[in-house]
Amino acid sequence: MAEIATLDASAPRTGQAIATKRRRRRSIPAKVYSLILLVLLIAVWEGSVRLFHVPSWLIPSVSDIVVALWNGFAVSPLARDGFWLHSFVTISETVLGYFVGCGLGLALGVAISQTDKLEAVLRPYVVAFQSLPKVAVAPIIVLWLGFGLASKVAIIALLTFFPVLITCLAGFKAVEPERIDLLRSLSASRWHIFTKVKFWTALPFIFAGLEMAAAFAVVGAIVGEFIGAQSGLGVLILQLDSAMDVGGSFAVFIILSLIGVGLSAVIRVVEARVLYWLPKDQARRSINL
Amino acid sequence: MILTPSVPYSDRMPSRPPDGDDSRQPGPSPSPRDLIRIDHLRKVFGDGTPNELLALDDVSCSIQEGDFVSIVGPSGCGKSTLLRILAGLLDYSDGSVTLDGAPVQGTRRDIGVVFQNPVLLPWRTILDNVLLPAEVLGLDMNAARVRARALLAMVRLEGFENRLPSQLSGGMQQRASIARALLHDPRILLMDEPFGALDAMTREQMNLELQRIWTESRKTIVLITHSIPEAVFLGDVVLVMTARPGALRRVVPIDLPRPRTMALTATPEFGERAQEIRAFFNHAGSFD
Repeated sequence: MAEIATLDASAPRTGQAIATKRRRRRSIPAKVYSLILLVLLIAVWEGSVRLFHVPSWLIPSVSDIVVALWNGFAVSPLARDGFWLHSFVTISETVLGYFVGCGLGLALGVAISQTDKLEAVLRPYVVAFQSLPKVAVAPIIVLWLGFGLASKVAIIALLTFFPVLITCLAGFKAVEPERIDLLRSLSASRWHIFTKVKFWTALPFIFAGLEMAAAFAVVGAIVGEFIGAQSGLGVLILQLDSAMDVGGSFAVFIILSLIGVGLSAVIRVVEARVLYWLPKDQARRSINL
Repeated sequence: MILTPSVPYSDRMPSRPPDGDDSRQPGPSPSPRDLIRIDHLRKVFGDGTPNELLALDDVSCSIQEGDFVSIVGPSGCGKSTLLRILAGLLDYSDGSVTLDGAPVQGTRRDIGVVFQNPVLLPWRTILDNVLLPAEVLGLDMNAARVRARALLAMVRLEGFENRLPSQLSGGMQQRASIARALLHDPRILLMDEPFGALDAMTREQMNLELQRIWTESRKTIVLITHSIPEAVFLGDVVLVMTARPGALRRVVPIDLPRPRTMALTATPEFGERAQEIRAFFNHAGSFD
């Protein structure tokens, strides 16, 4: 009662003020709920692990993971048992492989889409290669290119190449014939039709591919490191597993997902800049792959 | 009347005697000059295949410089095909099409096309959309920018230069596309059902605007429509087409005074001409 009284006294007594207040209360951003959920999950996890005395080599408690994270990062950046070195290796492999794969996918997509004939000829091969689980090829790539950076970049490039190529081809196909007619009615050259219409129309599709590729890139890095490498987070996971340090493994999982989140965040920022003209709610819905 | 964006791009711009009033007499002028001649034009789609379709059968007509020609007909009568042939976007099978005495072969610079949809590129501002022809045709960009602004003012879009197309209504988008079609100062404006997607009220308004734009820009306009009132309201002459096969059946001169107002559409004179065309369609069995 007292609260209502003070409200009445201080705020203007209009329906609008109350409505705004109500609306503000209702529109708690989803992020806040996500955070609350996280806290709850951590509490349940930590509580049940302690309550049921689950051994830490089976399921580590949250505090074990936090400690492992702390220990991993509280060392010299070059320490072989720390997280810095391995994270750096994995991130550089991921970024390098991502650029190579996406670059090739984009270049080949542009080249193939120039003539319908070429696309028709190559399409069965693209489909066949795409259906092949690329991970199956990874051991051979390591055999060919060795335990170093090259094999990881090749595996990641292979994984990221296809989503970009496929979305690229879909995007160049999606150009409204009317837009082409418009350019043709102005006697535009092929180059102009490409740079002024086709490329822009394909951009939303290409970005959908780039985002998909970002998720694949991290997978590729880990697979490559599992098969054979001297350093990297994948190697670290294998070492920690064999030492039964499950808490450490979970800590690495967190780093991996942060790398993934970071990569796709960067892509989203670039996308928002490039696709400023696309209505926000349409950006994703218009693309069905 | 005053605003003719006057930044000429070339000397091929036809010089016109200063003209004081808006009334332009249709029909034969002292020296009739055929700008477009179409002789026994035939267009067959899928020639030699089982799905062969005769889209245009023996179409002949001529259009004089400065005329406003409406082409009206039911869906499938080949009117869009005819327009695409005139624009050079489509080959024809037989006959001849000449423009200023020269046969039409492919697209040309002195034609502007307005499509059924505005076809504005969503990533470009309105001004950049209007400037597209200048970029493609390699015109002087500074002059083009001045002209684009003047044209946008003419279609009453000043102040919207830096908006994106998605921020404009359908009617405004189509007006921008008309400004774009006029940027490179073409002699002929080809319009393919430009107002078909607009609601009735906006459409009437656009008809008035188009009449004004025509008198101000002094272009030869070929307008495709399936609205008889629109065809009569705007045209100096209405070409009537029927379907299966697409053929030009009648040329109806519209000798109503200009500038025409919406009030004119309620007069018996207007009704008579519209009725003449409608009766023809009824007789031909084109309207179900």
